[in-house]
Amino acid sequence: MMQDDRRPFTRKLDLKNGQVDMSHGSGGKAMAQLVEELFGAAFDNSLLARRNDQAVFDPPAGRLAVTTDSYVVSPLFFPGGDIGSLAIHGTVNDLAMAGARPLYLTAGFIIEEGFALRDLARIVASMAAAAAEAGVAIVTGDTKVVERGKGDGVFINTTGIGAVPPGVAPSGDRARPGDAVLVSGFVGDHGVAIMSTRENLSFETTIASDSAALHGLVAAMVDAVPDIHVLRDPTRGGLATTLNEIARQSGVGMLLDERAIPIRGEVAAACELLGLDPLYVANEGKLVAICAPGDAARLLDTMRGHPLGIDAAAIGTVIDDDHRFVQLQTTFGGKRIVDWLAGEQLPRIC
Amino acid sequence: MRYVDEYRDGDLASRVAAAIAAEADPGRHYALMEFCGGHTHAICRYGIEDLLPPNVTMIHGPGCPVCVLPIGRLDMAIELAMRPEVILCTYGDMMRVPGRDRTSLMKAKAGGADIRMVYGSGDALRVARENPGREVVFFAIGFETTAPTTAVALVQAASMGLRNFSVFANHVLTPSAIQAILDSPEVSATGTVRVDGFIGPGHVSTIIGSAPYERFARDYRRPIVVSGFEPLDIMQSVLMLVRQLNGGRCEVENQFNRAVSRDGNGKAQALVERVFELRDSFEWRGLGTIPDSALQIREEFADWDAERRWQLRYVPVADNRACSCAQILRGAKKPLDCAIFGTACTPENPMGSCMVSPEGSCAAYYLYGRWRDTPQRAKTG
Repeated sequence: MMQDDRRPFTRKLDLKNGQVDMSHGSGGKAMAQLVEELFGAAFDNSLLARRNDQAVFDPPAGRLAVTTDSYVVSPLFFPGGDIGSLAIHGTVNDLAMAGARPLYLTAGFIIEEGFALRDLARIVASMAAAAAEAGVAIVTGDTKVVERGKGDGVFINTTGIGAVPPGVAPSGDRARPGDAVLVSGFVGDHGVAIMSTRENLSFETTIASDSAALHGLVAAMVDAVPDIHVLRDPTRGGLATTLNEIARQSGVGMLLDERAIPIRGEVAAACELLGLDPLYVANEGKLVAICAPGDAARLLDTMRGHPLGIDAAAIGTVIDDDHRFVQLQTTFGGKRIVDWLAGEQLPRIC
Repeated sequence: MRYVDEYRDGDLASRVAAAIAAEADPGRHYALMEFCGGHTHAICRYGIEDLLPPNVTMIHGPGCPVCVLPIGRLDMAIELAMRPEVILCTYGDMMRVPGRDRTSLMKAKAGGADIRMVYGSGDALRVARENPGREVVFFAIGFETTAPTTAVALVQAASMGLRNFSVFANHVLTPSAIQAILDSPEVSATGTVRVDGFIGPGHVSTIIGSAPYERFARDYRRPIVVSGFEPLDIMQSVLMLVRQLNGGRCEVENQFNRAVSRDGNGKAQALVERVFELRDSFEWRGLGTIPDSALQIREEFADWDAERRWQLRYVPVADNRACSCAQILRGAKKPLDCAIFGTACTPENPMGSCMVSPEGSCAAYYLYGRWRDTPQRAKTG
């Protein structure tokens, strides 16, 4: 890291009242200062400290997993998290869903001209904390500034690299008829937390986002049951969309039991009010696991033994179905499809 | 969730289902029309048809405000939205409805129109206050349920002297639509559609009460049960209809008595009366032009009437010929009877309005129920 006594910039970044301007993306001195005093200081690690345009490291043994994701959430700060921690958790989780141990992340920022440096610093600090907690290093990055009106505050892209242990190979195409479908906890918390703070929709709720890094939970799970058939985090599109994706990939159907799906009363109530279905509402700290029926009890016990899986539940079974329908046995006693979401979930009129 | 879970209790449901099965005469068929799209949605979402005996069938009626709005009126909204000075505020359901030439508000928005999704007329008023340099138009649709909130917005805009706000009013009236169904050739003359009784729209009746349906029960000899929207409400209403039909009675009964009275909400009715008057005629998708079936803004509030402010003219547009929305809205066809259901017309790519709104028959059926009628392909290998 840069030595304090070198004082390369005559004035420190004004993180209290300053704003991002076009010069911060120009590649010049202002950008160097932003990278140095904000990103470099927060994400500090030996690979990043070299300030090269890439990070060079020895590959770990075994197979690698790589993933990328972009974060464009609005609002940027919400109950239970912000875009910074979300950008870490989301990418860590995408790696974890391969059973991988996350190792390195990249971080690309697209910032709108005029964005408060104070807010940027808050986001970066939150990213740094989330990365430290997840045990991953942000080893390279990128900064671009777009003109005012051409962004939405800040967009973040993160790419992640992780190592997959031998004998672990969960994949969306491995669900088989008879397999058990498990979920790690209450669904819909993140989406409802975000909606509660949206402009013209604000409502009071104690629901906070479930945003969390799931690799620790996954490590315990693959330790107990190495042959988990499928792991997937039901983010955008919610549980329903995720299960439809898996059904399509694996060429199977599913039969879910509505009574078994964990949904908080407050989430159900908020969805009821807005005319939304909690099964389609986003999560950021939950996972779906599909395993052989004989492994289900052990896997469920393991999940419940981890803080991020204490409310885990077995919610259904994979069935043989050429049409790949995900069906739901309703609490009411009937049956219905849980279909793909068409477009965005839109509130009803009356 | 209190006051909700009680109405979704599976054990109670199976008891009501047993009562319906016991009381439904195996020698006759009971064809019941739920008028309201909210009921259609609940019937499909909770799998209520699975709990009914085969001789009690539900016919999905025209009660979805998105579905019954004709293409020409939607085109007027799109035309408004395309004006650079206008911000069009709309309920989310309207965004994907295809207009003429497969345009939609969603496509107009992508093309640069300033269209904002709102949850009610109050949100539109706020947008108007926050954008004094723009013309904010509220695209008001819905039955008697949403008309009072539109009326409130007009009264508020007038009292505030909010000159950059106006309403494009498309409110329609339930009794006129029920009458159109009963007078339709399928039901009255040819008898190709049998409707033995109606499940009446509960939300609408919270405003207008149950009294406006009494003439249908009397003149057309059809029992009507005004029903709530929870699945147990609907099950109980079916049982009440079966009992009326068995007893040869044709009355208006009120299952939804926790929210509905015979005379409804007088205050809301007075507000609607103050702001709106009957339109001479209004075209409904599927039901044709029906006199006195919709509301228009009174002269006193003319300054806030978008139709007058921009001299909008209604041009009727024929439905896509392959689309059976019109017959489906009248109960003359079921979604599966439409040639393009589930193929050219899906919720992702809707051709007709019934597939767009979650309360439309086709969308509800496609989203929740199509597995019932989709045969498994022969297994290979």
